[in-house]
Amino acid sequence: MSNAVNILKKPFIATVISVILGFLVSLFVLSAAGYDPFKSMAVMISSIFSRPKFITNVIIKSTPLILTGLSAAFAFRTGLFNIGAEGQYIIATVVSTLVGLVFNFHPVVQIPLVIISGVIAGALLGGFTGFLKAKFGIHEVITSIMLNWIALYTCNYAANLEAFHKPESNGTYPINKSGISMLLYDWKFSEQGRAFLKDNSLLNDIILKTDLNLNFLIAVAMAIIIWIIVYKTKIGFEMRAVGFNHHAAMNAGIRVNRNIVYSMLIAGALSGLAGALTISGTSNNAIQVLSVFENNGFNGLAVALIARSSAIGCIFAGLIFSGLIYAGQSLQFKIGVPSEIINIMIGVVVFFVALTKMFPAIVEKFFMRRSENVK
Amino acid sequence: MLNSILFAITITLMYSAPLVFAALGGVISEKSGVTNIGIEGMMSIGAFVGASVGYYTGNAWSGLICAGLSGGVLALLHAIASVTFQADQTVSGIAINLIGSGLSMFLSRLFFNGATTTLPVPQKLPKIFGFLGEKYDFINCINLDITVLLSLLAVMFTWFVMYKTKWGLRIRALGEHPAAVDSVGVSVYRARYICVILSGILAGIGGASVTLAIISQFTPTAISGQGFIALAAVIFGKWKPMGAYCACLFFGFAQALVIMLGGGNNAIPTDILAMLPYVMTIIVLMLFVGRSSAPKAAGKPYKKGSR
Amino acid sequence: MVEISKKYAVQMRGITKSFGTFKVLDDVELDVKKGTIHAILGENGAGKSTLMNILYGLYSSDSGEIYLNGKLQFLKNTAVAIKSGIGMVHQHFMLVDKFTVIQNIVLGNETTGRFGIIKTRESREKVKEIIDRYGLNVDLNRKVRDLSVGQQQRVEILKALYRGADLLILDEPTAVLTPMEIEDLIRIMGSLVADGKTIIIITHKLKEIKKSAQECTIIRRGKFIDRVKVEDETEKTLAKKMVGREIKLKVDKTPFNPGEEVFSIKNLHVRCCRGIETVKGLSLSIRRGEILGLAGIEGNGQKELIEALLCARHVDSGEIRINGEEIQNTSPGNVLKCGVSAIHADRHKYGIVLDFSVAENAILEKYRDKPYCERGFLNYKERDKFTNKLISEYDIRPKDCKDLLIRELSGGNQQKLVIGREIANEPELLIAVQPTRGLDVGAIEYVHKTLINLRDKNKAILLISLELDEIMDLSDTIAVMYDGAINGVFKSGEADENDIGFLMAGGQENEQCC
Repeated sequence: MSNAVNILKKPFIATVISVILGFLVSLFVLSAAGYDPFKSMAVMISSIFSRPKFITNVIIKSTPLILTGLSAAFAFRTGLFNIGAEGQYIIATVVSTLVGLVFNFHPVVQIPLVIISGVIAGALLGGFTGFLKAKFGIHEVITSIMLNWIALYTCNYAANLEAFHKPESNGTYPINKSGISMLLYDWKFSEQGRAFLKDNSLLNDIILKTDLNLNFLIAVAMAIIIWIIVYKTKIGFEMRAVGFNHHAAMNAGIRVNRNIVYSMLIAGALSGLAGALTISGTSNNAIQVLSVFENNGFNGLAVALIARSSAIGCIFAGLIFSGLIYAGQSLQFKIGVPSEIINIMIGVVVFFVALTKMFPAIVEKFFMRRSENVK
Repeated sequence: MLNSILFAITITLMYSAPLVFAALGGVISEKSGVTNIGIEGMMSIGAFVGASVGYYTGNAWSGLICAGLSGGVLALLHAIASVTFQADQTVSGIAINLIGSGLSMFLSRLFFNGATTTLPVPQKLPKIFGFLGEKYDFINCINLDITVLLSLLAVMFTWFVMYKTKWGLRIRALGEHPAAVDSVGVSVYRARYICVILSGILAGIGGASVTLAIISQFTPTAISGQGFIALAAVIFGKWKPMGAYCACLFFGFAQALVIMLGGGNNAIPTDILAMLPYVMTIIVLMLFVGRSSAPKAAGKPYKKGSR
Repeated sequence: MVEISKKYAVQMRGITKSFGTFKVLDDVELDVKKGTIHAILGENGAGKSTLMNILYGLYSSDSGEIYLNGKLQFLKNTAVAIKSGIGMVHQHFMLVDKFTVIQNIVLGNETTGRFGIIKTRESREKVKEIIDRYGLNVDLNRKVRDLSVGQQQRVEILKALYRGADLLILDEPTAVLTPMEIEDLIRIMGSLVADGKTIIIITHKLKEIKKSAQECTIIRRGKFIDRVKVEDETEKTLAKKMVGREIKLKVDKTPFNPGEEVFSIKNLHVRCCRGIETVKGLSLSIRRGEILGLAGIEGNGQKELIEALLCARHVDSGEIRINGEEIQNTSPGNVLKCGVSAIHADRHKYGIVLDFSVAENAILEKYRDKPYCERGFLNYKERDKFTNKLISEYDIRPKDCKDLLIRELSGGNQQKLVIGREIANEPELLIAVQPTRGLDVGAIEYVHKTLINLRDKNKAILLISLELDEIMDLSDTIAVMYDGAINGVFKSGEADENDIGFLMAGGQENEQCC
């Protein structure tokens, strides 16, 4: 019994249990709605794993989720709630797109320029939130909610600017080709490339049919860097101390306010990176008019929660999340199951994550009652 | 001139009504010591249930009631997590948001042939002077949705309960010092359950007052951020029913400004105008920084016997 | 064992209670005669509060029976306990500080008219009647946060009496009161008992038991030790029963031999967070090898003074100097650098990070310095070396705790780490704020010894405590703080408890105590 309780105390196991419970509840919802849960399961699995293209797409689509997840997770570590990841992501896509449209340098300059400009935009928005909290004591959640909307309307304004708006579309022109970071972008659409790929179905699937890029590797690298910052450096130590107990941190000579601003700057930069990489590395390479939030940032919060604010955990949570979203679209397409079942599933997983602290206690109680009955 | 002032007031009140319900829910929940970030999700489910029940029964009122109930059910989940299991209230709230918006669209597709938009209700909620018909121009001008009146009544009722009755005294004490309430023999858990569920009911009604009064159907964009704005209104209004009401009016007024300034061939682009409410909020917050008056125990799970 | 009888207000039998695997109470019994004051004596953590919380229905015991007036009762929750005539005044007051006194008193037991509307008139009259009968004067319309601790305690007693309590449990009622307030409390308890009420006081203070109680039950480590008539015992015999061994009631100290002045405060003015000035022109100086004890009742500006000293609060005017250097309105980091370290009363809030490991807490103030940090990266090897040194030097248990979260350590061991960490800073001045709060007797002895050792190493110590005994035992010089300023300074032995208590309550030095 005590073994079982101890195992449940391990965060990883508790998270796996939450995910499994989330699945079970969603399957229950599906069968209650009259769908065949096992068929749905099979469709979901095959829609992720049956073709290299699917796997590649899941990985590519996980990139922004991992990065906004990291952003939220990093802020959590400092005791901040970065609900503004959404706005930071959006503002980064806007700035990256505009920079990518206005300038046209050699790719070696242009690609970093496009990406870094987005990162800076996100960082500034995040840092502004932190500044308002540090200087005026305004709760970061309120500022973030407001800034999300401001970012959204900025995006819509920019997408409609005459200079950049692509006629008969909902957004801007794609950024200049020199800023596009998809792998083999020119080659794969060239005749030569097409001819080569035609004969090789695996590569055809992976390269031609997807927006193959290196973004995922960047996200993984960022996760590792964040992990190092949090656990190995002085700055990370300060931020964690502030996050856990800002009174004690202050008495130990740590500058609480400065750390809040730094932390939000970094969190904003991560969300910004997510947006910038999306513009540079996935097709359309442009911003669209947004009628509602696309949830890239909000989903990051869920990713961070499922990962329990662990940087490395964000990679896996991001992949799971991305896989589910991808599978959800196939569900709808193939057997007519509303894709929103995925949102419900993720919501339920997060709900159980909230409860995981109580898993050991519940099990303990259950066993105690049993042993009493035995007596 | 008079007409445009009246118009501004009408728009302000119209937009603020759903926010008022939701923000009141937030006030009640927070006063009792439970942070409710899941208001958005509860509004979503209310918006959907209100519109679809309204469509199927042909009666908007039954839609409104069912909307409240559906919000209450979702809030019950939040209460179970945050009161009984002492879970992190923010995490649980986010889960509620995901579940609420997911479920409302899922059900919409299920009941409306795969569409995320429901069919329009045959009859919206009545207007205040609806019984007079549309004969008088002047009355048409000030003929507000009934939800505007209801929301004002709800604010006054909440204020009355909160500051004049024993239940209010207990709720306010709960958010400040739950152990004190426990020590005089009042169940903290039960009271918090009631408050959280009430907040869900109000949020659900708020959601439905979008889909049953302002528009006449549920769409994926019907509820997009109002729950969060309501949350901001709670903080802005210093956790007081009247304060939250004024904050909601402020948001509604900003919205009205957007609509009025946006009409015609104005030089200001709509998208820039649309930012106005949010920019104004930040500026106002910066100018009026005050001591935070959040209930001391809000967001902290209460465990019997711990201090 | 005493027979179950109507003559006893409370009788508890075989009370056992565990939290997790830890047995807090093990087969404890209690017999309290009607109309008496009964003390429950035990060290911190002995289980006295748990026992009383069970009686008050806050916890349920794992086994055991409770008899009230000779009848078996099942007190499943506080509501039942209150209905059975039990009232409890907790050590940490159960008062909503934003509410008025009358609101706090009626909470949960409101007289209402239609629609649940609160009618205060009736309850006011009832409360006034109680006030008059027992001399519990307090202004019903003031907000609780504006009251002194002594007055807040009266509100708590009123609350219980208002609910018709015949049995009153007082948990550590004298911990934060002045000698005068304690006299007052004992008088009030007397008038309550005279009126037929029964009182149980939980305490670890022997003097007050001698002064007020008729009988005393002693509990040690969750076990019932003895029930005695107070008049048959001395403080010494009581102490021995409480701790289980002979203890020194007095601290051994080498003679006072001060050096030059290292620390001074001149005409300090500080406002609290509500903008009211609470430190009003305070001046003070401390020499090397001196322990200066700052006595005073809570709420006389100590909190703001401490925060100002550590630069956690803005100073309006005046100066704070360490070794001649002004440090006011710099930063907490600068204060540390100038050689001021602090041990806080509320260590969980101000001293340690509960979710950090022991090792991380050990370097909380050193993480930025070499060799613990090089080029922005933390050096874990050095950190662990330092931590292990503290663990062995200060006998922190368990021995291999460096990677455990500090929240898993006992309060005494947490405090040992804090003290070790602060002393390792080699401070010029150590500010110790209630350094023994919540510790058991063994740990208290240890902390006191460590402070005196530091003093003997020619360091300056500012001891701020609400417990007058601690101040009297340790200090070389005693300063009394009242209403934001120093209201009198004595050399150790120059003044007795009553003189100091008189000044703590705002009396003037040249006025003789009546």
